[in-house]
Amino acid sequence: MDAHSKAVQRWLKVTPAGLYCEAGDFHIDPARAVPRAVITHGHGDHARPGHGAVLATQETLAIMRTRYDGDDGRSSQALAYGETVRLGDVSVELRPAGHVLGSAQIVLAHGGKRVVVSGDYKRRRDPTCPPFEPVDCDVFITEATFGLPVFRHPPDDQEIDKLLASQRLFPERCHLVGVYGLGKAQRVIMLLREAGYTAPLFIHGALEKLCKLYGDFGVDLSELLPATAADKAELQGQIVLAPPGAANQSWARRLPDPVVGMASGWMGVRARARQRGAELPLIISDHADWDELTQTFADVAAPTIWVTHGREEALVHYARQQGHDAWALSVAGREDEDE
Amino acid sequence: MKAFARLLDRLAFLSSRNAKLALLAAYFRETPDPDRGIALAALTGDLQLRTAKPKLIRDLVTERVDPELFGWSYDFVGDLAETAALIWPTGERNEAAVPGLAAAVDQLNRAHKDSAAKLVAEWLDVMDPAERWALLKLITGALRVGVSARLARTALADYGAVEVGAIEEVWHALTPPYAELFAWLDGRGPLPETRATPTFRPLMLANPLDEAELAKMQAADYRAEWKWDGIRVQLVAVRDAQGARVRRVYSRTGDDISTAFPDVVEALDFEAVLDGELLVVRDGQAAPFADLQQRLGRKRVSAKMLQSQPAHVRLYDMLFDGEEDLRALPLDARRGRLEHWYGAADRPRLDLSPLLDFESWEELADLRAGAREAGIEGLMLKRADSPYLAGRPKGPWFKWKRDPLLVDAVLMYAQRGHGKRSSFYSDYTFGCWRRREGRDELVPVGKAYFGFTDEELGQLDRWVRAHTTQRFGPVREVEQALVFEVAFDAVQRSTRHKSGIAMRFPRISRIRWDKPAAEADWLPTLEAMIEGARG
Repeated sequence: MDAHSKAVQRWLKVTPAGLYCEAGDFHIDPARAVPRAVITHGHGDHARPGHGAVLATQETLAIMRTRYDGDDGRSSQALAYGETVRLGDVSVELRPAGHVLGSAQIVLAHGGKRVVVSGDYKRRRDPTCPPFEPVDCDVFITEATFGLPVFRHPPDDQEIDKLLASQRLFPERCHLVGVYGLGKAQRVIMLLREAGYTAPLFIHGALEKLCKLYGDFGVDLSELLPATAADKAELQGQIVLAPPGAANQSWARRLPDPVVGMASGWMGVRARARQRGAELPLIISDHADWDELTQTFADVAAPTIWVTHGREEALVHYARQQGHDAWALSVAGREDEDE
Repeated sequence: MKAFARLLDRLAFLSSRNAKLALLAAYFRETPDPDRGIALAALTGDLQLRTAKPKLIRDLVTERVDPELFGWSYDFVGDLAETAALIWPTGERNEAAVPGLAAAVDQLNRAHKDSAAKLVAEWLDVMDPAERWALLKLITGALRVGVSARLARTALADYGAVEVGAIEEVWHALTPPYAELFAWLDGRGPLPETRATPTFRPLMLANPLDEAELAKMQAADYRAEWKWDGIRVQLVAVRDAQGARVRRVYSRTGDDISTAFPDVVEALDFEAVLDGELLVVRDGQAAPFADLQQRLGRKRVSAKMLQSQPAHVRLYDMLFDGEEDLRALPLDARRGRLEHWYGAADRPRLDLSPLLDFESWEELADLRAGAREAGIEGLMLKRADSPYLAGRPKGPWFKWKRDPLLVDAVLMYAQRGHGKRSSFYSDYTFGCWRRREGRDELVPVGKAYFGFTDEELGQLDRWVRAHTTQRFGPVREVEQALVFEVAFDAVQRSTRHKSGIAMRFPRISRIRWDKPAAEADWLPTLEAMIEGARG
């Protein structure tokens, strides 16, 4: 193992509960309840309920309260992007990760080494959150959800055009788009608005609270109507957003002959799109694709890269070819996200 | 290429036939000649394009991509063309340098074998992934987007607001990019002329008989013959403009299957267009469908196969006698011409489908009830005065299939359906009992997804959800507790299925909510119904 990794491993360790910063006595995105947690963002496999103290952006804390019935730890501390706090012997700073509202990279400095735990991130523009900021560091810890060179997400507007073209082609049907409730739903709504789609959008009840929360933080989603309250005729020709599994549930029977769409990075691979039953796969992802991942390695200028959750081997292989020291890090509790 | 790529991309995921038709019609409307005609040919399988081997693609990619990264990617994606399309190093996308579909096909066909690979590589450099995928699928000769030739022509008919029969009538005389055909559909030109070239004429098809209607029908107005269990074909033997003999065997959808049946083609030493049933016949006896199946879908037929599975056509009708079009004549008159023609010379590999003697419907029903031998699916009823009409006109012809075979089987697995059924468990795998190693177990014998009403579908869906024991993706394993009465047309031996048998056209005929699973049928009951095993 390289010198940077060796030095950092003395105070930043992989434990059964997840990544643990010994020098500051806190976990990062732990897989189970811990006394002190620093949370990168509000997705369920990163932010879990039941912690003692939680440090995160105010947006992430609000998301946790919304999802966990008010639970953002017994005590919580909000930290704005760019602010630094000291936890034990470690300085902790949050910087935008561009993944979802409130998502942050955690910049840790201790013993002369700087480590960036990037959580989940993407590099392309997202109208619902500030863009990823590359931070120079000694060790960069990256996700690998789309860590294969076949994942090349096309431009968002092209995918939104696909949806709108389909709507024109099937004016008597409704379009049901499966979206992850935190981040993807609001981003797809904003992308539609930016494409000039001003009509009301219909949403599944499970999306309501988070859409409202985005609104409270100044993301103007414009008019949203509950799909559940609408009658069949009213939904003809409309776009309905719902959690990804909704198309397979009896809930979907209220919809008039829906074209089933799915907005996810996995839609770029046909077999995966078919498995998910998508008739209209939309390749829209909140995770970096291969080109964004590899561009980031260059931007953060880190001599050492640790790769977690996803297809680690290909990214490690690539990073080593580019002259980095790279290691796969197996962190508990991560799921294939963005589905 | 962009429009074609978008078209394929969407077709590959759409399951509803109507949606595919709408998408195709929109493509024909929005795409200029000759691209739309080339796309049509690609979908109907009529495109002449020198194809590339998968190895060419693999070589092109591995020259450009790290082999380890390629290997992992291919493992994940599972399809070579798709992996190549996605992983291809993206240069500056240059839309102007992307060739149109027709231009690409033309250049590839004219390119020297060695320069074709270079040409493809240059295009891949400037294309986006969807375009690359379309190009690679095209040159490897396997679009597989769930569109049959018939569906493509139906979409074309929708586009031009004409009957699909009108297109079928001229289709086989036309070649890509079908400029005259599109001109006609667009109202800019006449219907293309098709005489004197070997042309498939659309078949006349029958409707299922509603037995209640028999009371209103006069037996004397109808002719009856056996409904043979082979495949419907049209034999076309004509002379071309130069006077050379042209002989073709067409399937009922107009696909040229001549190369698979050289024995039949050889027998077409006359000038006529005939309608009949392709069968394997040994010593005058029609063999079970499974025998014919071995000869279908082959590019080449071995001498051994020609010997062991000899093909034969049992004639129903005569469309052309020489150059004379008989289709407007009544059935009786055409039958007279057919019999006269048949008797005028030795006609190897052909015989006439006999007309059945009957005076009343009761008499005919008895004949039908007695027909259990291999090669007969039931009866055909044809009005004696019916002209030969394209398609499936309402009224003149009926098929009266023999009663289906029935077994009681136990529901084992349920799978979610597609399209508007995607929230319902609507595809059912069912099994029969067998004794194995001292235990009674169910073995799957078939799968069915129709035969029940929408209301029953709702009940079945609820039952499946409430009795699930295991889940595998979209499939649920259920308690072995619900019995279906399954109807099917025949059962054959099959080495592809665990049970060793395969049903033809299985459907759910009744849901036996009342029947205990232990009282469902045993596998030997089904085995006794295998054709040939029947008495």
